[in-house]
Amino acid sequence: MIILGAKIALYILIASFFLIMVRLLKGPTLPDRVISLDLLAFVALGIVLLNMIITGELEYLDIVIVISLVIFIATVAIAKYLTKGKDYE
Amino acid sequence: MSEWIAFFALIAGALFVLISAIGLLRLPDLFMRMHATTKTTSLGMTLILIGVIVTFPTWSVLIKGVLIIAFIFLTNPLGAHMISKAGHLLGTQKWDRYVRDDLESSNHIKNT
Repeated sequence: MIILGAKIALYILIASFFLIMVRLLKGPTLPDRVISLDLLAFVALGIVLLNMIITGELEYLDIVIVISLVIFIATVAIAKYLTKGKDYE
Repeated sequence: MSEWIAFFALIAGALFVLISAIGLLRLPDLFMRMHATTKTTSLGMTLILIGVIVTFPTWSVLIKGVLIIAFIFLTNPLGAHMISKAGHLLGTQKWDRYVRDDLESSNHIKNT
């Protein structure tokens, strides 16, 4: 039953992957593409978790920790790069 | 019983991610799209991780899962806030039906 639920959730995540790719290719500005990549990384994280349930190997959880760290650092780095030293007082 | 909890948690988490993808595609503005993606991915990832914790009831999975949930809830609003501030500084196109924008009217930009 759990494996069936994981497979259904995997198909839902793949459908959302294609919707996000449309916005990533179409996005009018650069921050739109940045949040699309952010959400795409979360979809990848969910796919790794569901693959962990389907295969039953516990080592995938370390990969999830690393991905959740890299998402945050990438978002902050891109935000600081886009502003380039400008800031509100 | 725990099988049904994991089943519904996994499917609900995936549906939250699908809702955030639809919001990212359909909403008219950068700030609204960010509102759609941030909140729903926090809740969706939490539900999928609850499903994983219920499926594998050991201490290491519990500790790592709670740690990932806490980290996502700490960092996801911070990243969204920084990206929205960068977008506002770059002067991205706003929706034409906003009533007021205090940040634009009361601040001036400083180069450091």
